[in-house]
Amino acid sequence: MPDVIPADSVGIVTPQIAQFDTPLALSCGQSLSSYQLIYETYGTLNQDASNAVLICHALSGDHHAAGYHAMSDSKPGWWDSAIGPGKAIDTNKFFVISLNNLGGCCGSTGPTSINPETGQRWEASFPIVTVEDWVESQARLADLLGIQTFAAIVGGSLGGMQVLEWSIRFPTRLKSAVIVASAPKLSTQNIAFNEVARQSIRRDPDFFDGNYIENNSVPTNGLGLARMLGHITYLSDDAMGAKFGRQRRHDSYQYNYGIEFEVESYLRYQGEAFTKRFDANTYMLMTKALDYFDPASQTNGDLSAVLSRAQCEFLLVSFTTDWRFAPERSEEIVNALVKAGKPVSYAKIEATEGHDAFLFPIPRYMAVLNTFLTRVANSLTTEVK
Amino acid sequence: MRSDLEMIDEWVQPNIRVLDLACGPGELLHHLIQNKQVNGYGLEIGHEDLNTCIEKGIPVLEQNIDEGLQNFGDQSFDLVLMTHALQQFRRPDLLIDEMLRIGKECIITFPNFGHWRSRLHLALKGRMPVSDFLPYNWYDTPNIHFFTFQDFERLCREKNIKVLRWAAVDGQLKDHWWIRSMPNLFSETAIFHISR
Repeated sequence: MPDVIPADSVGIVTPQIAQFDTPLALSCGQSLSSYQLIYETYGTLNQDASNAVLICHALSGDHHAAGYHAMSDSKPGWWDSAIGPGKAIDTNKFFVISLNNLGGCCGSTGPTSINPETGQRWEASFPIVTVEDWVESQARLADLLGIQTFAAIVGGSLGGMQVLEWSIRFPTRLKSAVIVASAPKLSTQNIAFNEVARQSIRRDPDFFDGNYIENNSVPTNGLGLARMLGHITYLSDDAMGAKFGRQRRHDSYQYNYGIEFEVESYLRYQGEAFTKRFDANTYMLMTKALDYFDPASQTNGDLSAVLSRAQCEFLLVSFTTDWRFAPERSEEIVNALVKAGKPVSYAKIEATEGHDAFLFPIPRYMAVLNTFLTRVANSLTTEVK
Repeated sequence: MRSDLEMIDEWVQPNIRVLDLACGPGELLHHLIQNKQVNGYGLEIGHEDLNTCIEKGIPVLEQNIDEGLQNFGDQSFDLVLMTHALQQFRRPDLLIDEMLRIGKECIITFPNFGHWRSRLHLALKGRMPVSDFLPYNWYDTPNIHFFTFQDFERLCREKNIKVLRWAAVDGQLKDHWWIRSMPNLFSETAIFHISR
């Protein structure tokens, strides 16, 4: 709990809900007749609505990117290290919007919502949503908020994929794109990890084919296991080694399957904590959205051909110890942009934190982000009101 | 702008695709983007220089040139530049081959170690020269290869590289008739415009 809200925090924020009643056709062929998106905003929109920045969240993220919901909150939003007055994404300059994607479980329409057509919870029947669908729904939110063109759209990991999709789908609606620790599509290994995560959920007897709420149950074991697996891939071997090494609970081996090593305890805690805040169907949907994303499939695998539609300038950032989306994956995007003749800058940040580094306030990373966005802010036509 | 860079500017056509290897803070690229409307990218590993480029809006990529340039396609740039950096890379000869693979033309500038002052310094003092252009000690210098105007010309001959034009300038980066007549002895900076 913060005794005092730090000066560089956006402070106490209240989420808002946008209701949409125009049907949204989804990539899977189904459509949502109505839906809602929950979002937060930080900073002030200027008169010509040119200083908006959209934050796209990653796999288990949500709309609460910065600040606190209440003084009793133990932690700020997930990207508080980067968003706030004077921070890399400076809310003195920008009007920052962060939303929870469709299919989420934090307030936007998703598997835990009521299907208006049946009056029952969607649960397993919630349609599969894709990165393309998210971007479409985000554009509608922008319309609602009166934002024609974003000064920047920013995202890490799965969030970076949404930014990439924005640059292709709505090339005139963003001036700059910031893609952090991301990839143009998943590798086979990435898909394999996702499948193991999904299988661990599906094989939990409490999953009930996705209709667990109806059955008064929660597949905590499967979801916890999926998160444990994910968590390992988000960290680096070095980071885990530095944090836990082979530290043990007891002085000698117990020769049983209880917790012996501290890393086991940590993973079990992470897995369990996750099941309290996240929905298993949403986890399945989000990993599927990751698997499906491949914009180059529209141009026979030629990424530079599809990126030739982009009109914004790009900043890409990767981290040296990220093996989930290694620097080479970001460089695939960079090379394709160079081939397409698009303005792009790229920084490979030394970091020990693995994929999770994109959430940390690593000084050089924040400096690069700040330098890029400061220039974007300076190029805006009018001052913030 | 440094006058060797001004000289390069005169040799660059407008609206072309340029790759500047080891672009530093992007002085030349910035000028070429602004005045020649080139579509340019810089490669740099110095963190401060990289940030300076981003600050100025110069597209810059963090890439270690010694680890290869395979990510750039054959003849994918009209011009590949390298100013005052060739002496810092492990295999300048192979790097020149790569530059000519990627670019239709290349412009390379380097400090001429054959300059009379370097020769005199080494001859009289018996120690490696330290000057404004090479302001490092032998042990902490990023410059790991020392070569002369003549050495470079000879390499071009051996590799059948066309020298489209060259210039040779002094410490003040001025071009004089005596430097032009004996570039190996009098130039401090050599500038070569080459192609296959």
